Amino acid sequence: MRRPQPRSRGPDAMVVEVGHYALVLALALSLVLTFIPAWGAHTRDSALMGVARPAAFAMLGFAALAFLALTIAYVDSDFSVLNVVQNSHSSKPLAYKISGVWSNHEGSMLLWVTILALFAGLVAWRGAHMPQRLLAYVLSVQGAIAAAFFLFILLTSNPFARVMPAPFEGEGLNPILQDPGLAIHPPLLYLGYVGFSVAFSFAVGALLEGRIDAVWARFVRPWTLLAWAFLTLGIAMGSYWAYYELGWGGWWFWDPVENASLMPWLAGTALIHSIVVMEKRDALKVWTILLSILAFSLSLIGTFLVRSGVLTSVHSFASDPTRGVFILGILIFFIGGGLTLFAWRAPVLRQGGLFAPISREGALVLNNLFLSAACAAVFIGTLYPLGLEALTGGKISVGAPFFEATFLPLTVPLLLLVPVGQSLAWKRGDLLGVAQRLAAAFALALAGAIVVFAVTRRGPVAAPLGIGLGLWLILGSASEIFNRSHRAGASLAVVLRRAAGLPRSAWGTALAHAGLGVTVIGIAATAWGVERLATMKAGESLDLGPYQVTLEAVVPRNGPDYRETAALLAIRDGDRLVGRVEPGKRTFTGRSMPTSEAGLLTVGLGQVYASVAEIEAGGSVGVRLYWKPWVLFIWLGAVVMAAGGVLSLSDRRARVGAPVRRAAPAAVPAE
Amino acid sequence: MTLWIVLALMTGAAVLAVLWPLGRAQSQQPSAETATDAAFYKAQLAEIERDAERGLIEPSEAETAKVEAARRLLASARRGEAAGPLSATAGRRRAAAVVALVGLPLVSLTIYLTLGNPAIPDMPLQARNDRAAPDMSMGQALARIEEHLAKNPNDGRGQEVVGPVYMSMGRFADAERAFAAAIRILGDSPHRWESLGEAQVAQADGIVTANARTSFDKALALDAKLVKARYYRALAAEQDGDKAKALSLYSELAAEAPAGAPIKARLDDKVAELGGKPPQPSGEAAQAIAGMAAGDRMTAIRGMVASLDARLAEKGDDVEGWLRLVRSYMVLGEPEKARDAFARGRAALASDQTGRDRLEALGRELKIEGS
Repeated sequence: MRRPQPRSRGPDAMVVEVGHYALVLALALSLVLTFIPAWGAHTRDSALMGVARPAAFAMLGFAALAFLALTIAYVDSDFSVLNVVQNSHSSKPLAYKISGVWSNHEGSMLLWVTILALFAGLVAWRGAHMPQRLLAYVLSVQGAIAAAFFLFILLTSNPFARVMPAPFEGEGLNPILQDPGLAIHPPLLYLGYVGFSVAFSFAVGALLEGRIDAVWARFVRPWTLLAWAFLTLGIAMGSYWAYYELGWGGWWFWDPVENASLMPWLAGTALIHSIVVMEKRDALKVWTILLSILAFSLSLIGTFLVRSGVLTSVHSFASDPTRGVFILGILIFFIGGGLTLFAWRAPVLRQGGLFAPISREGALVLNNLFLSAACAAVFIGTLYPLGLEALTGGKISVGAPFFEATFLPLTVPLLLLVPVGQSLAWKRGDLLGVAQRLAAAFALALAGAIVVFAVTRRGPVAAPLGIGLGLWLILGSASEIFNRSHRAGASLAVVLRRAAGLPRSAWGTALAHAGLGVTVIGIAATAWGVERLATMKAGESLDLGPYQVTLEAVVPRNGPDYRETAALLAIRDGDRLVGRVEPGKRTFTGRSMPTSEAGLLTVGLGQVYASVAEIEAGGSVGVRLYWKPWVLFIWLGAVVMAAGGVLSLSDRRARVGAPVRRAAPAAVPAE
Repeated sequence: MTLWIVLALMTGAAVLAVLWPLGRAQSQQPSAETATDAAFYKAQLAEIERDAERGLIEPSEAETAKVEAARRLLASARRGEAAGPLSATAGRRRAAAVVALVGLPLVSLTIYLTLGNPAIPDMPLQARNDRAAPDMSMGQALARIEEHLAKNPNDGRGQEVVGPVYMSMGRFADAERAFAAAIRILGDSPHRWESLGEAQVAQADGIVTANARTSFDKALALDAKLVKARYYRALAAEQDGDKAKALSLYSELAAEAPAGAPIKARLDDKVAELGGKPPQPSGEAAQAIAGMAAGDRMTAIRGMVASLDARLAEKGDDVEGWLRLVRSYMVLGEPEKARDAFARGRAALASDQTGRDRLEALGRELKIEGS
C-alpha cells in the first residue's frame, strides 16, 4: 500500500526534540540580543554592542532549525507531535504536508517569528557599515519583539507538544485547504508584515539614540521597500485566492482579514514616500518615525488582533483567554510602548527646515495625508464594529458602501495627483512647467477615455473615466522617464542612453506608479463584467457578454478522494470554440458538506468564471456565470508595483556603505 | 544519551555566539560612526553634481543643495567629536560574559526541561509501519484499510475485510455500511447477508429488526445450513413471543451443534429456558473442557507458555516464538519474566538483525526496560 521511502532515520533520531530545544535557545539568544547590545549602546561600550550581530545570526540559525525540525516532522508524518496529528494526514501530497506547517496557529506563529529572526539576521548582515549604536539599538528592539513571540509560542502555542501513545493517522485532511494560493500567500504576507518590524526597530532605535537624519533614512529605506513589495504581492495573492476559491466573482470584499493587510500597506506606502523626503531634504523626521511605528503596529494588529478572534468572537475568547490575553499584552507593550517612547523622545529630534508647498516634498506630504486618511478610514470601518460588539454585544455591519463612500474619495484625488507630484522638482517646483511636461500624457489619457466611452456607449460612465485615470498614471510615469532623459535636439540614441543611465530608483518609481495604473484599469473594467444566474438543462445555451455558454452535460465523476457532479460547459464565440470549463460540486469522503469547485477560463486578460450553485433533480443545474474583461490587470498591476519596489530597492545608493562609484557606466558624456 | 550530547553542542554554539564578539580584539575605530555619515553626505554631494551635469537641476539650485549637504556633513562631523570615543570596559564585558556562560544555558535548560520531552524519540510513520508490520495493532491495520478504501471505494474485498474489524470494535453502523457495500459490489453470498444481519442486530442493541430478519432470510435462502442466521431467526421468534417456534428452532440447532462449541452452551440454556430438554453432549473431551474451572484453565495456559519457554531455550532462532513468549508473560501479568524473556530473546537473535528489531519494537511497545 505504501511505497518505501529511500530516506531513513535511525530509531533513536531526536529531530523533534532538537527542534524544540533550538526554539528554546532562540528565545535565550533573543533575550541576550535584547539587553546586551542596548546596554552597550547606552554606555557606548563597543564590545557589548559587538554582540548584536553574532547573536542575531545565532538567533536566526536556531529559529530556522526549529522550523526545519517541525517541517521534517510534517514530511515524515510524525504523529507523536500533536500539531502534526491535528493538522496533517499521511495521504496528503508532499507539498501540502509542507504547507501544512504554517496552515495552523502554532506553525504559523513559528513561521512568523522565524521570518522576524530572518530580518534581524539580514539587518545584521547588511549592517557591517552602519553606525554602531544605531545598529545595536535596532537589533535590540528586533530581539525584544522576537523574545515576546518566542515566549508566546513556547508558553501558549507550542508546536512541539508531544502526544503519547502516538496515533497512527492525522486529522488534518481538509481538502479545501489544499490549494496552492493558500499555501503560498501566508509566507508572502508575513514577509511583508514582519518586514515592517525593521522600520519599527529603526524608529525605536532612533528615538532611543535621540538622533535621526538622512543617514538613518537611507539605511531604513531598502527594508521598508522590501517589506512593502512582499506585502503588495501577499495582498494580491490573497485577493486572487478569494476571487477564484470563494466563488463570488469579486476580488475585494472589505472583509476584516483583508482590511487587516490593507492598513499596514497604506501606512507602509506612506512611509516609503516620507522616507524619500527625509533622505533628500532632512525633513518630515518626526512624521516618518511615527509612520514607522504605525506601519508595524498595524501589521501586528493585522496578524494577531483580527485573527486571534479576540474581537470577532467574544465567546471563543472567553473560553480560552490565555492566548488572547498574551497577544493583547504583546500588542499593548509594543504599540503602546512605541508610541509612548515617541511622545517622550520625539521632541528631542532636531526638526528639518520648512519647505515650499509646490515642490516634490510638498506633493509627498499631500500623498501622506491622503494615504493616512484612507488608512484611518479603513481602520475605523474595520475595528469599530468589532470593538462595538465586544463592548456592547450589539452588531453593526460596516460593509462595502462605507468603504466606497470613504476610501474612494480619498484615493481618486491622490491617484490624479501622482504624476504631478512625480514631475515636480525638489525644493521649489514649477507647476506651470509640470503642466507643460505632462500635457501630452494628460491629453493621451483623456483621448483614451473618450475613445473607450465612444466604443462602449451604453456601458457604465465610471468605467471609461477609470480607464482614463489608469492611462494617466501609466503615461504620466512614462512621460517622467522621457522628460528626464530628453533634451531638445537630442537624438534617440542619446535619449535611450540617458534613460538607461537614470537611477534605478527613478525607474522603480515610474514602474510602481505605472503598476498602480494597470490595477486601476483592471478595477475600472470590472464595471463591464457580466453576471448571469441561470438554471440550465443539458444542451441549453445562454449569452455571457461576448460569448455563448452551452451546458453540454452533467456528469458524475470520481476523484482521488471525492465524488463530483460536474457541469461541462462549452464557451463559444459565434461558431468558434473558445474553451471549456468544468465547474462542479464535490463531496469528499468522510465529509458531508459538498464544496463548489469553480471553473475558470482565461481569455486574453479577461476570464470566464463559472460555478455550480445547485444540482437539481431532473438533470438541470443552477449555474453562476461571469465574464470579467481585463480582470487580470488587477493582480498584474500589483506584480508590476512590487517589481517597481524591488527595482528601486536595487538602486546602487540603497547599498549604503559600499564604496560609492563616481558615475554609472552609462553616464552621459559632456555635450 | 545522544540527544543530550547534541543539546549540549547546541548550547555551546549559542554561548560561543555571545562570547566570541566579547573576547575579540576591539579593532573598532572610535570614529566609525562619523565615517559612515561622511560617506553618505559625500555620495549625496556627488549625486547633486551629477544631476546638475545632466541639466536635471539648475546650477543655482545645485549650488544651494550642495551647500545644504555640506552643512550637514560638517554638523555630523561636529556631533561625532562631541560624542567622544566609544568606550569598552572590562567590568561590563565580564558581566556580559557571565550572562552568556551561565545565564543562557540555565534559562534554556530550565525551560526545556519544563516543556520538552527528551525521552520521546521521533516516530516517523514510515519507520513505525516497517517496524510494527509483523504484529500490527488493530487500529493501525484499520487506518491502512480505511485509507485504501477512501481511495478505492469500490473495492468489495476491502469492504468485506473491514466489516468484521468494525464489528469487533463495536462500530456497528460502520460494519453494516461495509457489509452492505460488499454485497452491492460483489453480489449475493450467504455469509455476506448473514454478517450484514448480525451487524444490524448489534446496532439495534440485540433486537432482530425487520431489516435484520430480511438479511437472515436472504442468507438462508442461499444456504439453509448457516448456523448464525438460524440462531438469529430463532431469537427473532423468541422476541416476537412465538415460543413454540423459537423452541423448535433452538432445539434443532442444539442437536446439530458440536460439543464444546461456545454456541452449544448458549443453545442449551435457551432450550432449557423455553421449557425444552437439552440434548446430551456427544464428546467426552468437550465435556472435560467445559467443566474446567477458571483456575485450572489458567494453569493449562501457564503450562503451554512454560513449554514454549523451554523449547526456545533449546532452539532460540524462532522470532515468532520469542515475540509470543514476551507477549504472553506480559498478558499473564509477569513483567519480570517478560523482561527476562526479552533479554534472552535479544541474545538468542544476535545474528538475526531484522528479528531483533522486531523484538525490540515489541519491547518498546510494551515499555520493557532496556529496550
